Amino acid sequence: MTSSLERETPRGRAGTVWWVLAAFALLVGASVLGAMIGPAGGITAANWSIVWHIRMPRVVLAGIVGSMLSLSGASYQGVFRNPLVDPYLLGAAAGAGLGATLVFAYGRTATSGWPVDPLPLAAFVGALVAVLITYVVGASFGGSGLSLVLAGVAVAALGTAIQQYLLLRHSDVIKEVYSWISGRVSTATWSDVRLVLPYVVVSAVVLLVHRRHLDVLRVGDEEAATLGSEVRRIRLVVVIAATLGTAAVVSVSGLIGFVGIMVPHLVRIVAGSSYRRVLPLSILVGAAFLILADIPGRMIEHGGETPIGVVTALVGAPMFIFVLRSRRVPA
Amino acid sequence: MSSLGFECVNVRYGAQEALFAFTDQVKPGEWLCLIGPNGAGKSSALRAVAGLVPYRGIITVDGSSLDMRSPRRRAALVAYVPQSPLMPDDMTGSDYVLLGRNPYVSYFGTETKHDRALVADVLERLDLHEFARRRVGTLSGGEKQRLVIARAVAQEAPILLLDEPTSALDIGHQQQALELVDRLRHEHGLTVVSAMHDLTLAGLYADRLALLHQGHVVATGTAAQVLRPETLSEFYGVSVSVHHEPDGTVVVVPRRNTVS
Repeated sequence: MTSSLERETPRGRAGTVWWVLAAFALLVGASVLGAMIGPAGGITAANWSIVWHIRMPRVVLAGIVGSMLSLSGASYQGVFRNPLVDPYLLGAAAGAGLGATLVFAYGRTATSGWPVDPLPLAAFVGALVAVLITYVVGASFGGSGLSLVLAGVAVAALGTAIQQYLLLRHSDVIKEVYSWISGRVSTATWSDVRLVLPYVVVSAVVLLVHRRHLDVLRVGDEEAATLGSEVRRIRLVVVIAATLGTAAVVSVSGLIGFVGIMVPHLVRIVAGSSYRRVLPLSILVGAAFLILADIPGRMIEHGGETPIGVVTALVGAPMFIFVLRSRRVPA
Repeated sequence: MSSLGFECVNVRYGAQEALFAFTDQVKPGEWLCLIGPNGAGKSSALRAVAGLVPYRGIITVDGSSLDMRSPRRRAALVAYVPQSPLMPDDMTGSDYVLLGRNPYVSYFGTETKHDRALVADVLERLDLHEFARRRVGTLSGGEKQRLVIARAVAQEAPILLLDEPTSALDIGHQQQALELVDRLRHEHGLTVVSAMHDLTLAGLYADRLALLHQGHVVATGTAAQVLRPETLSEFYGVSVSVHHEPDGTVVVVPRRNTVS
């Protein structure tokens, strides 16, 4: 018996392999461009040093941040079955923003002598605490996907309100805070990369392990449960992993928006909605996208940097609209 | 073949009792159909077996309680076809049916060759192989319903629960879906419990009917025993005429009360 299924399944897998190879090629191309483009040119020892110590860390960090935000976004979209969800859904952005604002407002002078910059730590802890509060609150009224999302909206509003109050009281730090919120990888160093990499690797491995479960969840919590999935446990594990990775990258790069929604969407449009493809491809395409998005910022303003978060939205939004118009989005 | 037992099963939503002291023994290979007006507790009984609502009382499969089972073990015993399944539009037919293998795949694992071969075989036997590569979103309501039943078959559970399996289908597809269930039950020895609104179809396919009203079983037995005009009038508040065909089929026809 040779049904169409048996003939087609291998081709489906081969299709995935081709998409992954194409996305990988895109990533390599983006990395080369990211390393080459900038004020320094020509191959000299001094320029090589610039490339290695200044440009390569930011290329690598942009890649890590882009892949983590895209992977988290896709995973959140899977567990909440909502394509409009981003990794900041449960309050991670508001928490990180509040943590960073606290440091800028109260801690800058007090901690200037510290050997370790408290800013990433405050943002990281802020993001985790906000999501933890969301989860506890959401669980207290049912723990369904919807109650978590609603709790996230409330926690994010609360965090943002406190942050705005602090900014009004400390208007001298507004510019610094906004610069942080807009996101940047321009000051990246290899130590930033070493700082976030362990979290990102752990988070990515856990999320990738769950890609089959996310496909089962596509039929809804109830049906997934009757098919034998422990829906709440899966959602909890995925949210913890995605939040950990998001908090880690946000702590060094600030709040880079739009990537976590846009990249998974682009991936779905070309490769279909199965999370077995969406998750690995989001890692590669997300990395390539943010490396490319980091390039215009170096060239728009002479002597300065346009924040990467601004570029992702400025370049990404029109591109996204164009793609959405040209192809119907799969649900 | 497996039996399904209910011992004094109660389901409540908040303060409201949806199912009250439901007790029944569904024999191996039997088809029990739950009938009754909206809100009578039919779906609650099915959802309790599927593990979707908390209940008091005991539900057993082959004499052992379902309560202790993990969701995976339960899914290997009980397959549930919901009233309106959520079917991702861009999933292919074979990927959708493959979801039925979920209880047999380990947490960190992935479907094996055996799972894929079994799905191909199910699609073949149910005459659905042409849908294997098609996206679910391109299928009609009747085709989708058959695919959901195929998913339940791929689940290889001895007990099949159907919640209003035909309510969204035209008469031809209703017959097609119920014929399919009937065939599967004879071929695989499935024990079937369904909730249905169409009384004639319920009586035609099920071995036994249980009439529920406000969470209580008020009548149980064969179609001829349960589908009587005075019973239906009392619990549905309808006036019907009931015809008995020579082949034993019981036909329930609503009567028009207005005088023209």
